[in-house]
Amino acid sequence: MSATPGTLAGSRAPFAERLAAVRGSRRRVVDRVMRTVALAAALVCVLPLAAILLFVVIKGAAALNLDLLTKPPKALGTGGGALNAILGSLQMVAVAALVAVPVGILGGVYVSEFASRRSARAVRFAADVMVGVPSILIGIVAYTLLVVPFKQFNAAAGSVALALIMVPVIVRTTEEILRLVPHEIREAGLALGVPTWRVVLSVVLPAGRTGVLTGVMLAVARAAGETAPLLFTALGSRLVNVGQFGQPMDALPLFIYNGARQPIAALNDQAWGAALLLLLFVLGVNVAVRARSWGRRAG
Amino acid sequence: MATEIRPGADLPAVPTRPTIAPTSGRVPAAAPDPAPAARTTKIEARDLNLYYGSFRAVRDVTMDIPANKITAIIGPSGCGKSTFLRAFNRMHELAQGARMEGRILLDGVDIYDRSVDAVDLRRLVGMVFQRPNPFPTMSIYENVSAGLRLGGGHKPTNLDAIVEDCLTRAALWDEVKDHLGDPGTSLSGGQQQRLCIARALAVDPEVILMDEPASALDPIATLRIEELMLELRGSYTIVIVTHNMQQASRVSDQTAFFSMGEDRAGYLVEMGQTATIFTNPREQLTEDYISGRFG
Repeated sequence: MSATPGTLAGSRAPFAERLAAVRGSRRRVVDRVMRTVALAAALVCVLPLAAILLFVVIKGAAALNLDLLTKPPKALGTGGGALNAILGSLQMVAVAALVAVPVGILGGVYVSEFASRRSARAVRFAADVMVGVPSILIGIVAYTLLVVPFKQFNAAAGSVALALIMVPVIVRTTEEILRLVPHEIREAGLALGVPTWRVVLSVVLPAGRTGVLTGVMLAVARAAGETAPLLFTALGSRLVNVGQFGQPMDALPLFIYNGARQPIAALNDQAWGAALLLLLFVLGVNVAVRARSWGRRAG
Repeated sequence: MATEIRPGADLPAVPTRPTIAPTSGRVPAAAPDPAPAARTTKIEARDLNLYYGSFRAVRDVTMDIPANKITAIIGPSGCGKSTFLRAFNRMHELAQGARMEGRILLDGVDIYDRSVDAVDLRRLVGMVFQRPNPFPTMSIYENVSAGLRLGGGHKPTNLDAIVEDCLTRAALWDEVKDHLGDPGTSLSGGQQQRLCIARALAVDPEVILMDEPASALDPIATLRIEELMLELRGSYTIVIVTHNMQQASRVSDQTAFFSMGEDRAGYLVEMGQTATIFTNPREQLTEDYISGRFG
């Protein structure tokens, strides 16, 4: 073995000998094992996504046809399509966004630009809690406030529930993005004698517009995929409902839920088809968002 | 002292500008106002103390800043130069916990009087910052016209002419006239700073505050900014904060030297004609600083 530290250089064993002695074979085995375990863990993260994509694409593609996109389900028996769900999702998410986008962006602007440190922290905390609240609880609130009093399941309650899910997401992303806008830009505006609100509106928000838009798109994708808050608000419907927010309305997640639990293969297939549509939408939004940020980095 | 050499300088332009005097009929507490043309002092700071929370950044400064001249403020880092400058357009009060004592009179008007709105004041007291900060989402044209478009009041109808005029006076027109629609941030650092100067000129200020306007620029761009400042002298009262003593000696008519006391509060050591300050200062501290012995 090697000599003790402090040994005179001349009395040491030859270098090659000492190198062989310190080479830990056990250490290299442990290293190999841990690498493999980490790789396996990483695969466990990726595999489900691959499995979901594979299943939904294979099963869904088989069910995808023009009828699915253009026809409502037949009133009796099987057949028809998911037009009721497609139009319902579009309408409810659009109305929810109409409410949530201005509220969310203004809320984020308030937290980033106008709030005192304490109230900013309070709003930020509340928004974080809201993001974490199970969506079925938000559904219950909408049910209690907007379904029970009217004794009628309705799409408006569904939109409100979706808006409640979107607002905190938009508030938080808007705030984070606006805080990245350099302080010098705000000063430049103020030093020109531009009022603060105008600086925020015409200088700060445009500077952060890509990021704000990203937050909005992610919130829309999230709302489009929500099922629980719609179960006892919009309820779902086999009829095409355009514009009647006082009535029940279908949505893609509800369509999937209802189709998948029937003991009828044709309805299961339709559910797969709807699942593919929903997946394409959500995936499309996510990829679009990523592509934008990649484009920005490249440019 | 440098003299007014500007050929064809439109010096009497001053009286045609709007003044910041409120029209409320309140008489400002200042001394009677001489006719603007006769005025030689533009800004009077009186017993100025500036604080951030409990920290005093500037202590007891009294200073007269001459009209239509260039006044340089020099001194070591952290001596409150920038803080002092930012009191003149009331940007200081935007900082958290910022506070001031004393008075600042501009043409005899107390700019901290309750009847004076800070936003209005900043239209007449422009500022150029250390780092060029054009608005990132705006074109060159939009940057120059931003103050006119986004500020209150009616928009002038001859925006194009104003933009051209300001870019010309900022010595940038020839370089950008063919691509006014390009983003302001596409320009080089020196061009961006001249764009920022054009932007400040567009709202027709009377005073231009410059906070180390060339310290982020290379020597050639710095030289162009200095030439530009000399062009603008005579039409505007310019106050420049600079680390660079050569710059102060090249461009300024008056130089004020700040230092830092035991309590880290900045104070005015002395102020005088630039030539005097750099060749024959009254204070030993000034001489030590300009000869590079400290700071």
